[in-house]
Amino acid sequence: MTGADLTSGRDLRAEAQAKGDLAPEHDGPRDTGMEQADLQRWLERTWRTPPGIIGALSSVDHKVIARRYLITAFVFLCLGGLNAVAMRVQLSGPQRGLIGPDLYNQLFTMHGVTMMFLFAVPIVQATGIYLVPLMVGTRNIAFPRLNAFSYWVYLSGGLFAWVSFALNMAPDVGWFAYVPLSGPEFAPGKRADVWAQMITYTEVSSLAVAVATIVTILKQRAPGMSLDKIPLYVWAMLVTSFVVVFAMPAVMITSTFLILDRLVGTHIFNPAEGGDALLFQHLFWFFGHPEVYIIFLPATGMVSSIIPAFARRPVFGHLGMVLSLIAVGFLSFGLWVHHMFATGLPKLGASFFTASSMMIAIPNGVQIFCWLATMWDGRPVIRAPMLFVFGFFFIFVIGGLTGVMLASVPLDLQVHDTYFVVAHFHYVLIGGSVFPLLGAAYFWFPKITGRMMSERLGRLHFWLAFIGFNAAFFPMHIVGLWGMPRRVYTYPAELGWGNINLFITAGAVVFFLSFVLFTFNLVHGALKGAAAGNNPWEAGTLEWATPSPPPSYNFARIPVVTNAEPLWAERDALPVATGLRVDARELLVSTVAEAHPDIREKSATPSIWPLFAAFAVGGTFLYSIFTPWAIVWGALPIAVTLIGWFWPKGDLEDEE
Amino acid sequence: MKRFFPKACCAAALLALSGCSGWQSALDPKGPAAGELAWLIWFFTALCAAVWMLVMVVLAATLFQRVRTGKDPLVLDLASEHRKRRVVLTAVGVTAAILIGLTLLSFFANRTLAGIGSDEALTVRVTGHQWWWEVRYENAQPSRILTTANEIHIPAGEPVRLLLTSTDVIHSFWVPSLAGKLDLIPGHMNVLDIRADKPGVYRGQCAEFCGAQHANMGTFIIAEPRPQFDAWLDDQLRPAAAPTNAEAKAGADLFLQRPCVMCHRIGGTPAGGTVAPDLTHIASRQTLAAGTLTMSRGNLAAWITDPQGIKPGSHMPVTVLNGDELNAIIAYLEGLK
Repeated sequence: MTGADLTSGRDLRAEAQAKGDLAPEHDGPRDTGMEQADLQRWLERTWRTPPGIIGALSSVDHKVIARRYLITAFVFLCLGGLNAVAMRVQLSGPQRGLIGPDLYNQLFTMHGVTMMFLFAVPIVQATGIYLVPLMVGTRNIAFPRLNAFSYWVYLSGGLFAWVSFALNMAPDVGWFAYVPLSGPEFAPGKRADVWAQMITYTEVSSLAVAVATIVTILKQRAPGMSLDKIPLYVWAMLVTSFVVVFAMPAVMITSTFLILDRLVGTHIFNPAEGGDALLFQHLFWFFGHPEVYIIFLPATGMVSSIIPAFARRPVFGHLGMVLSLIAVGFLSFGLWVHHMFATGLPKLGASFFTASSMMIAIPNGVQIFCWLATMWDGRPVIRAPMLFVFGFFFIFVIGGLTGVMLASVPLDLQVHDTYFVVAHFHYVLIGGSVFPLLGAAYFWFPKITGRMMSERLGRLHFWLAFIGFNAAFFPMHIVGLWGMPRRVYTYPAELGWGNINLFITAGAVVFFLSFVLFTFNLVHGALKGAAAGNNPWEAGTLEWATPSPPPSYNFARIPVVTNAEPLWAERDALPVATGLRVDARELLVSTVAEAHPDIREKSATPSIWPLFAAFAVGGTFLYSIFTPWAIVWGALPIAVTLIGWFWPKGDLEDEE
Repeated sequence: MKRFFPKACCAAALLALSGCSGWQSALDPKGPAAGELAWLIWFFTALCAAVWMLVMVVLAATLFQRVRTGKDPLVLDLASEHRKRRVVLTAVGVTAAILIGLTLLSFFANRTLAGIGSDEALTVRVTGHQWWWEVRYENAQPSRILTTANEIHIPAGEPVRLLLTSTDVIHSFWVPSLAGKLDLIPGHMNVLDIRADKPGVYRGQCAEFCGAQHANMGTFIIAEPRPQFDAWLDDQLRPAAAPTNAEAKAGADLFLQRPCVMCHRIGGTPAGGTVAPDLTHIASRQTLAAGTLTMSRGNLAAWITDPQGIKPGSHMPVTVLNGDELNAIIAYLEGLK
């Protein structure tokens, strides 16, 4: 199969049979030449999520799982936001007695943990789970059961953390949980164990999603979508997923070592017994810095999807953008030490990390310049998603530039662990990720629900969020330079930080209210929004070729891609490839670089076993904070559920 | 006069503080290290602000162009694409040049900071504890080693070498108007050279989250002219003042009978605990409980009777005392100048 002659109605089966690749006795009905109505009926019967509650829990449809992920992550965002508001109320004046240190320390730890592990990473991955298979033109994500499993593990990890919080045993050692503060000597009780094990849950789930995403992108692209025609969002998800695969194990080791120190009595981090407290920081930040880019890179992909739709042209410098994404992915592993400049590192080593931290601004700059060049061609149409992209530019560039300040060792020594840093990373993470995510919500909501969100409320939401955000976080730069450290539950009146903190709190409340409005807009849009149609923004990528919301099988026939913006290149009708069976879940697997159609592959059917396996794994993790024997006993139910999961189906898929 | 001077400094600092920034601000440098850093902060800020403005101007300019609707989005003007490529490449080049410049600048600033110290300098070992600072003035003569807490007197205009370590969790020593911060890590020893240009009181506080009372772990650097500093040191090296009246005498006895003695040391008495601040000259300090309360009779009483109300989670236990006992102990402590 050369793929050079991709044309409409190409019959893969006929070609395969002609080459003798295909034994005719394994054949069921094919989509070749089938009437559209029949085809849709067949595909719907094959791909739908089974009815009933068991059916719903067994679903392996990437869209169903992504929706669950998105809603869950949004709930965690609101909870984390409530944490923040509670903290801001306590800090609104000096010596407020509203919240004591015990609760305050749990609040900021839960805020960080929730936002990083239960909101930011899951929501960017969830968006990927939803969009990547649609954008690459396939019927389902790779390893759909693993994908289902990842959601259940994520959900149990999130519940675990928040139930602990309700029981007043949430971690109180910061989201970074430095030893020795989180070690056995200084953190008695189970709070630090909750931190360590919650990390493990979210790690397992994000690794699973990363693997599924990588394989989907590399092997399931529609015929013709060679590397140069992959949408930038998909590139961003590919790079992100690789960063996840390489970064997450580092924090998994960190949390496991911590659990071992706490539970088994190893002394890996205990300086009194030859261990080292700084080792923890190196391991943690070797994950922790790439983590920032795990959150940020998908957001750049979203910006790269929204801008071309409203600027009415492809992104300028596609190749440069892709290379920048890859460069950021690589460089993100070379700058973790800039979180540790105040630990007293050797000067030469610290200087090296200054240089590498500065360097990462270059590929990020390339992206910014290319987007600006894209918009330079004509005024972008200003709709709610585009407004959030403007907000992204305004805020993220400030965050990036203060990042350059933090990269300088001597300068960092003044602002490290002060409110300046709090301001910096909220500018980076909220500006660089949440604003694009909000834009993406307005942009893809019509695809997901089939309805539009209110544009008027969207604009109001933008201005409320934009003003609230800047009012809350910009003054933090100043109060940080005035000497206010982070993670303090109160401060003395005579330091003169009272008024500015009151202002910050007011801004934080406005910012929170903007999310209330957003929630209303989401619900209102889902129930009463105007019908969206397939492609309300007249965008160019493949997800807009499906009905809104997409049917369970995504595409009635697999599209053939001739351009990076297929819907702009083929305005009348997309060419399609045919030959897939309609009575079984069949995918088209293509080659890595050129996306030539290669083989047909079965996609897993719905199964309840991933849920049971997640129960078994979750139970083991939970039990393991009480005794190491949990690993031994937990292995049994895990083995049983995995046997159920992988039980042979007795079909002949491997022979085809 | 000796006693008056630091108090005067403190009062002056308090007055200055009623303004906006103050005695704990990176933008209000009082020593060469903080001065270099403040300059660096302003320079970076100005440059970054200029870059940001430029980006915003370009972004805003896109809003003043014709909307590109109706055209086939894939039909692009090749000449304009070439121009854009040149502009983008130039912008990337300029970005790289700026970043290289800033990197070099921070190397040089680092070298300047390293040049502040001197090997002959007064050496003070600062040990972090949850949630107070143990301060030990090193000396080759063991009899001249002084241990105190939370307030660090230094001679103004001279370099001072701080040796930073911790016995429990990680803390970070930060007095922003004098220098950048440096961590106190158990099992490690960090070296921070500081210099205060003028006499004064400079506030600092722990900058690495260290548990329940991280917020109330303040410290003061009290810079004095050399003669006053030497006099202070000699004063502090003397054993504790003996109680002068009957009440204070009773207080001294109570102190030794009660759990106080398990943790605190008072030089010249059998009280020899080392896990809590040395109280030999407690009444000569300006604050209590690591900068949490100003030193006064009322605050002493409050701190002794309700440490968990003032610093919840702190390691100071409640000592049950009746009114007379409390008065006696305070009378004794107040005499420990």
